[in-house]
Amino acid sequence: MKPAPFDYVRAASVAEAVSALAGDPGAKVLAGGQSLVPLLSMRLAAPSLLVDINEVPGLADVTVEETGVRVGALARHAAVLDSDDVRRVQPLVSLALAHVAHATIRNRGTTVGSLVHADAAAEMPVVLRLLGGSVEVEGSAGRRTIAADDLYLGPLESSLAHDEVAVSALFPALAPGAGVAFDEIARRHGDYAMAGAAALVDGDAVRVGYLSVSDVPTVVDLTGVPDDELGEAALARLEPMDDIHATATYRAQLVRVLTARVVAAARSHAAAHDQQEAR
Amino acid sequence: MGQPVQRVEDQRFLRGLGRYVDDVDTGPGTLHAAVLRSPHAHARILDIDVEAVLDLDGVHAVYTHDDLTGPMAEPLPLLIPHPALTHGRTQHALAKDEVNYVGEAIAFVVADDRYVAEDAVARIVVTYDVLPPVVGLEAARAGERLVHDDVPGNLAARLEQEVGDARAAIAAAPHRLELDLTIERSACMPLEGRGTVARWEPDLDRLQLWTSTQTSTGVRAAVAVKLGLDLGQVDVITPDVGGGFGVKVVHPWPEELLVPYAARALGRPVKFTEDRREHFISSAHERGQVQHVEVGFDDDGRVLGLDVEFWHDNGAYTPYGLIVPIITSTQLLGPYKPGAYRVVFESLYTNTVIVTPYRGAGRPQGCYAMERTMDAVAAYLGKDRTEVRAANFIQPDEFPYDHGLVFQDGRELEYDSGDYPASLEKLKELVGWDDFPAYQREMAAQGRRVGIGLACYVEGTGVGPYEGAHVHVETSGKVKVATGLTTQGQGHATVFAQLVADELGVRFEDVEVVTGDTRRMPYAVGTYASRAAVMSGSAVHLAARRAKEKALRIAADALEADPADLQIVDGVVSVKGAPDSAIDLGTVSVLSNPLRYAFDEASKAATQFSVGDNSLPPVPEDEEPGLEGKDFYSPPRATFASGMHAVIVETDPETAEVTILKYAVVHDCGHLINPMIVEGQIHGGVAQGIGGALYERMAYDESGQLLNASFMDFLMPYVTEIPDGIDIDHLETPSPLNPLGIKGAGEAGVIPSAAVFAAAIEDAEGLAIRAMPISPSDLHTLRLSQEHPR
Repeated sequence: MKPAPFDYVRAASVAEAVSALAGDPGAKVLAGGQSLVPLLSMRLAAPSLLVDINEVPGLADVTVEETGVRVGALARHAAVLDSDDVRRVQPLVSLALAHVAHATIRNRGTTVGSLVHADAAAEMPVVLRLLGGSVEVEGSAGRRTIAADDLYLGPLESSLAHDEVAVSALFPALAPGAGVAFDEIARRHGDYAMAGAAALVDGDAVRVGYLSVSDVPTVVDLTGVPDDELGEAALARLEPMDDIHATATYRAQLVRVLTARVVAAARSHAAAHDQQEAR
Repeated sequence: MGQPVQRVEDQRFLRGLGRYVDDVDTGPGTLHAAVLRSPHAHARILDIDVEAVLDLDGVHAVYTHDDLTGPMAEPLPLLIPHPALTHGRTQHALAKDEVNYVGEAIAFVVADDRYVAEDAVARIVVTYDVLPPVVGLEAARAGERLVHDDVPGNLAARLEQEVGDARAAIAAAPHRLELDLTIERSACMPLEGRGTVARWEPDLDRLQLWTSTQTSTGVRAAVAVKLGLDLGQVDVITPDVGGGFGVKVVHPWPEELLVPYAARALGRPVKFTEDRREHFISSAHERGQVQHVEVGFDDDGRVLGLDVEFWHDNGAYTPYGLIVPIITSTQLLGPYKPGAYRVVFESLYTNTVIVTPYRGAGRPQGCYAMERTMDAVAAYLGKDRTEVRAANFIQPDEFPYDHGLVFQDGRELEYDSGDYPASLEKLKELVGWDDFPAYQREMAAQGRRVGIGLACYVEGTGVGPYEGAHVHVETSGKVKVATGLTTQGQGHATVFAQLVADELGVRFEDVEVVTGDTRRMPYAVGTYASRAAVMSGSAVHLAARRAKEKALRIAADALEADPADLQIVDGVVSVKGAPDSAIDLGTVSVLSNPLRYAFDEASKAATQFSVGDNSLPPVPEDEEPGLEGKDFYSPPRATFASGMHAVIVETDPETAEVTILKYAVVHDCGHLINPMIVEGQIHGGVAQGIGGALYERMAYDESGQLLNASFMDFLMPYVTEIPDGIDIDHLETPSPLNPLGIKGAGEAGVIPSAAVFAAAIEDAEGLAIRAMPISPSDLHTLRLSQEHPR
């Protein structure tokens, strides 16, 4: 379990990283490395060049903006999870991060890295989609913002161009009176979930995002659906997968259970949130 | 003995100071090996092209089967032949013409480092003729495809044993039941995988080999023969071992031969450290069986006849013979005495990783078959499950109890001692058995599903043939103890020191124990079959006694006293009642050697004493210089430990998740040397058993690829999946077979897991559980099949 040979550059700036990526079609960005390094060791990925962005200054910030909370590309999951600003401005981010792997992995892994790795089994991509967030990227052609809905093309496939580096992500703030909830069911503590769900309730609007159910992070609008039909309504829009840990039928059952749980929890959160605002 | 002495090993282990094979530093010239493994479950090898490897910088050698000569080119040994194993097959160190499982070794590359070695492996081009694989017992039994062309029906062995006429007894019984059961594969999964380092010493014309094994003497003998060396030219040293659980008793692994073979050929030290994926696909698995049980019983649930057929998946080869299915077939009986018993098994080849003993070694499957049967009998009769068991127990006054069967060691299956009714009473008390129905009703009223299960087992431990020990009292008074079996975390350095401190009369902290080093004790068997405490513990005790007898003899001479009047306390020999008449054991050690160079204080102190008979030579006949004791222990047969587990679980009505509410263990391993270590063994066994019952399986697809060959997808439980507390009670019925009255404790904790969880989930759900392990997804499927029976 040793990686195949690769070249390595430590970028001092985003521009340097972009130019290194542009110069080598086999290049890969290394941030927290929690997904990439195991892939290298198993020789499931063999990039010709690793562009390490860990020394790029200014990318680790977590800042509150007018519309939400911005997380820099090098902000570790643990730092985002520890942030009171994040918890206050958009509690769903904190709720979901608590389910991301184990403490040691959260200490090293980055939230933005997880977003652009585009794993449908990961917690943060579906949170970004549910909240209607975005990712700021920089490439040879300059900077652009990719809305979460345009970010996920397929399994482990994002819409970033090869020479683009994600520099930050924006998680929109929780609207006054709105509520959120997150839950997942994993075989072991800290494992990738067999299925997970995040809910956002805002007035009559009810939306639920699912991880590990399909091969891309998926959000379903359940506005107006009676409570006892939530699960079936969600399933009408999802095609649960079969794998060695859960049959599609069992996943469908988890979708029913989780949908009911997170919608109810998000409603309670909205009510509590409302009271808090009122005070 | 009997005290919860803190383990002397823990300081090192907990502070990261353990020293494992990969830590052995043979210097900057050390080369590193990697193995090309078959990507196919079944294929003929048409050609191996290593051309692209030869010009790779840093590669020193590439071996394929064609490069091996003499005994190295022959198949690996079949360690434990058996007359019923009519079609035993073993693999070659490197595949010859054919591969029979994904992971089988094909080529061995030695390079400057492991990175280059893996680069080289990736460049070897093998041309295969891919053959249809045999995966799973159903395919093996069908026999339409063959793993080995010359093994019809994929049948390695068929063995039948019968006591009485089981089928007639069943036919005549008032009640009859049949059960079809399955249990899936898992594996030992030590956190340290396999590993071997070898250094050829040209000046000394000998080989030094460090390997992560459960039998250093076994590896030594195998390496000597395969490499054409005399035994005296080979030293095998086993440093700290990061877990064994059975897989490391298999020997020699291909790498254990190829590493020294290359080291000698290249004149450089060579190291192989297995990685996790290799461990999954090229070491060993266990547990997979399909079972059919027929039972006849009376109104009280007494089993009048028991007829068990089972099919055992032995993987692609049978290096370890029939040990696992023989243990299943005999230990299945547990604490019970059926009126008549017939058991027949078929051991079948499949194109998967070999199956060799994993902690419990066939017993979990046997316990599962028997205990599922007991539960089915109780359900049929509407009786309490403990009552049906009690009706079948061997009673305390029936020991020794001979089942009339032949056990794994070729000796009669004769239980030496036990008290099963007392164990059951303790367990019922510990888990709250009688109060459970009320609790279950109370929970049901809240919409919660809880269930309780129990399972009983008997474990033959401490099998022969022998172990030895050497005890040496140095002139400093420190005591050096060596026993040849190995240690993979059991705490031998603690318990053997306890035994020596007790018997010899020295301070515990003055005793140092070495295990698994053939330079210190070349005659040994190994650490498996819950045998270390019984075998080496007894040998250590006997060796310490010999050292003590000699010490008393010399001290009596020096103190001009009768040996019977002497005592040894804290390393000082004194005349009872006359504390001034005393001599340190270190001084006795000086006196034991006529060559008294006065290098230390003890030697100077010794000058005041005079010993020996001037009319005899300085070392009289039948004497040896030095204060040492050596002895061996060899029992007539195994000693039988026993235990009973109970678990209370809650199952989620929606998600089918299983939560453990309470886990209780009553355990009887005879006299306890160190209760804390025994409880640690139980904790570890229960944790491993929870893994096997609720989490782990080997997910082979139909082409024979192992889909979950990583710790991400093979769900070994974390500490978060194990209950915070395990309630343990001990019963001590001493074994009459050894001087300490002890029985083995290493494997016990894992034996009843599949049975006890199946029982508890069945009780919670009201569904018959016939297949283990069971995941939430499996339980959900089972629920649906009951709601919508086909």
